[in-house]
Amino acid sequence: MIDKQAIEDIAKIVKTGRVLTEESDRYSYSFDASFGTHLPDVVIQTQEVQELAALVRYANEHKIPVYPRGQSTSLSGGPLPVKGGMVFDLSVMDNILEVDEEDLVAVVSPGVLTSAIHAAAEKKGLMYPPDPSSSHVSTIGGNLAENSGGPRGLKYGVTKDYVIGLEVITPQGEIIKTGGRTVKNVTGYDLTKLIVGSEGTLGIITKAILRLIPKPPSSETVMAVFDSLVDSGRAISRVLSSGILPAKMELMDQASIVAVENYQPSNLPVDAEAIILIELDGHPAAVKEEAEQVAKVCREVGAREVIVPKTPQEKAEVWKARKLVSPAIVRIKPTKISEDATVPRSQIPEMCRRLQQIKEKYNIHLVVFGHAGDGNLHPNIIADKSDTEEMQRVEQAVAEIFQAAVELGGTLSGEHGIGTMKAPFMEMELGAAGLDMMKRIKEAWDPNNIMNPGKIFAEPGQKLVLR
Amino acid sequence: MNQMLEDLKKELKYEKTNNCVQCGYCLPVCPTYMTMGKETHSPRGRINLVKMVGEGRITDLSVLEEPMNLCLGCRACETACPTGVEYGTILEAARAAITRRKKFSFPVKTLRNTIFKKVFPSKRKLNLLTDGLWLYQKTGLQKVAQKTGITSALPFNLGQFEAITPTVTSPSERRNRFKRVPAKGEKKYTVAFFTGCIMDAMFQRINDLSIELLSHVGCEVLIVENETCCGALHAHSGEMDEAKVLAKKNIAAFEKEDVEFIINNAGGCGAMLHEYDHLLAEEPEWHERAKEFVKKSKDISQILVACGGVPMNKQLPGRVTYQRSCHLTNVQKVTKEPVQLIESIPGIEFIEMKDKDMCCGSAGIYNIVNYDASMEILDEKMKNVKDTHATTIITTNPGCLLQMKLGIEREKMGKEARALHLVEYLAEAAGIV
Repeated sequence: MIDKQAIEDIAKIVKTGRVLTEESDRYSYSFDASFGTHLPDVVIQTQEVQELAALVRYANEHKIPVYPRGQSTSLSGGPLPVKGGMVFDLSVMDNILEVDEEDLVAVVSPGVLTSAIHAAAEKKGLMYPPDPSSSHVSTIGGNLAENSGGPRGLKYGVTKDYVIGLEVITPQGEIIKTGGRTVKNVTGYDLTKLIVGSEGTLGIITKAILRLIPKPPSSETVMAVFDSLVDSGRAISRVLSSGILPAKMELMDQASIVAVENYQPSNLPVDAEAIILIELDGHPAAVKEEAEQVAKVCREVGAREVIVPKTPQEKAEVWKARKLVSPAIVRIKPTKISEDATVPRSQIPEMCRRLQQIKEKYNIHLVVFGHAGDGNLHPNIIADKSDTEEMQRVEQAVAEIFQAAVELGGTLSGEHGIGTMKAPFMEMELGAAGLDMMKRIKEAWDPNNIMNPGKIFAEPGQKLVLR
Repeated sequence: MNQMLEDLKKELKYEKTNNCVQCGYCLPVCPTYMTMGKETHSPRGRINLVKMVGEGRITDLSVLEEPMNLCLGCRACETACPTGVEYGTILEAARAAITRRKKFSFPVKTLRNTIFKKVFPSKRKLNLLTDGLWLYQKTGLQKVAQKTGITSALPFNLGQFEAITPTVTSPSERRNRFKRVPAKGEKKYTVAFFTGCIMDAMFQRINDLSIELLSHVGCEVLIVENETCCGALHAHSGEMDEAKVLAKKNIAAFEKEDVEFIINNAGGCGAMLHEYDHLLAEEPEWHERAKEFVKKSKDISQILVACGGVPMNKQLPGRVTYQRSCHLTNVQKVTKEPVQLIESIPGIEFIEMKDKDMCCGSAGIYNIVNYDASMEILDEKMKNVKDTHATTIITTNPGCLLQMKLGIEREKMGKEARALHLVEYLAEAAGIV
């Protein structure tokens, strides 16, 4: 808890924005889309980078925790103010969005919505590829901090692959620039890449230079229905080894198909074990040919039905079914634990098998869907938060999912980040020395541990708690 | 467990807040989050505050008062919500809980009692008030008042609204309406028309045109005796018990008539009628009857389309945009029919505005009690309206209609643009007016 004097000092520093201290306001910045309620002492909204830097200097001097935050759509606890202190609501910094067609870059402030960048780039025939499904709500600052992905990650990569320059406030309150406006840049350490995905533990991103690419002029969709989940996994591998790189490859298992049909009947085959949806993008002639080839491969591997929708409406219908999975599954039970453990492509069928085992072992409601093409399956557990006994089983199941992913050469998190939720499992993936190296970097950057403290690195004895 | 907290949880419908996963998909569609710029005034922020009270973290319910009062109740968040959170129910329960504990000052309490329990439910009292308004407009008093600037001294910024008050019909016309209007040509349906309280007092002309249009497309139209206010304003202000009393009166009144549909032309009232079954869910002897009522309750646009549309005989060239009634869109889920009817008008150029589903800030009496907040929302709306260069703004609810008129007045667009209820525009095109 910071004292009255500190609040007064903070209010003096923030000349252009707002300082929120009412109980109703503080509670409104105590959560994200994961678990837990953590009350900050004060919430600050300002567009002035200099004011933010002065606040960080003040915080560093008085050892007050600083929590940068976008629109709090995080699924891993990234913005939660677990140690109180100051929350910086950076969603208000939405004032800069410039697209430079010559340099093929976008310059953005952190509060700009990801979808606004998509739209601004598209207006000039360009594309910013990372497309997290929350892009109409999430801010680019949050995407950068968490290194977000999305369905297009398969072909185009994730957020870090499109960031070439940053402006950052260090934990000492200095404003530094990393990288720049050029794709090629090997001057010194690549701090840009270190900051992206550091989950706000190393500094506050106040501006970013993003790389854009020409927008593919055309796209085709293929939907393939399988009687066996394993066959669908083989189809994914076969397509990817046939010389075609789809933009998206999405998987829906039987549980998700049934959930969608129960929620909004969409003519999906409920007796099928899996559906894969594939999107190809590029030159119209090329994507047409590729779609035919993909359809052929799927049939060869044993798809019982392959559909290539013709009109834009038909295509939209197919993708709508995929979008309905998330809302459909929460109709079963209210609490959704969305995991994003990721495995190498070759291990997708094995991961599916292990998930099935975990589901049976702990008697939980587990649904698998997601970005199958890049091994980023989304095992979602549907539970009821008010059922303590069930939630304990869920916690054990989640731990085992992480273990399975790591054993298969994969990772704890493909795109949601570590935050508070996965911190206890870091050593399992990185090993003691690997984790220690990360801690040493954190200590060197932020010796007073004021920048998003309580994240990524577990406290002694910290366990996953979903209750 | 603490019994008081358990009771409070029940009162607040706490269990419904658990469906909110705090994904934030409601943020981009929330008008107050946009204009006020903080989570305290976002749907998930408000739901979280209720959660916090239910979990005993916030102990003083008055902490919730401002966030709940400043919500428009447009329920756009429900349409955007991927998990089906019943925001309207949570909001109403929270407001009722706050109202129950609030000690209103004596004048405010008297005013609330008079308005909610005496004026709205009574046709006679509303008629008397409207008589006063008619006299004010007819005698030239309005012109004098406007010229001398007396209107600007009215409390609650009521002077702003004075200028846009519709010209009301005379007392004798209002009291001498037919009780049964036959269908023109072949009869397709027998329907009852829900006149509403404010709608009938302030916009009787629109009600009359609605009845004529219904008859025109083949409906025999009944006006039901003992109909009363729908109760929406009560429910939204936390006066749930009074809202239930009104709902029961209406159900009983309409059950007496053998009609296929109960038609209304006010998105907000229609939404209330549409949810009578929710309102009376805990009263077994009424629940089934409420469900029957809800099944029959329709917006006028639905029935006009079901009858094959309105036969038009007049070209109406001009650029038109449509400001949706939030409660028609988000509660009744009637979205296609009004657009279909607008597009069927010969000669018009229909253009949608940016953020077409965003509330205009009218929201019942929100624009009177939260004037500044409402005007900020209206100003955002009018920017988008202006960009369409429309000469006519169509609405489907009396509150929205008044708010659009106010917007036109504020933006000094009176020469180029007008606001109309959909029914007025259709009647014009059908040659009824």
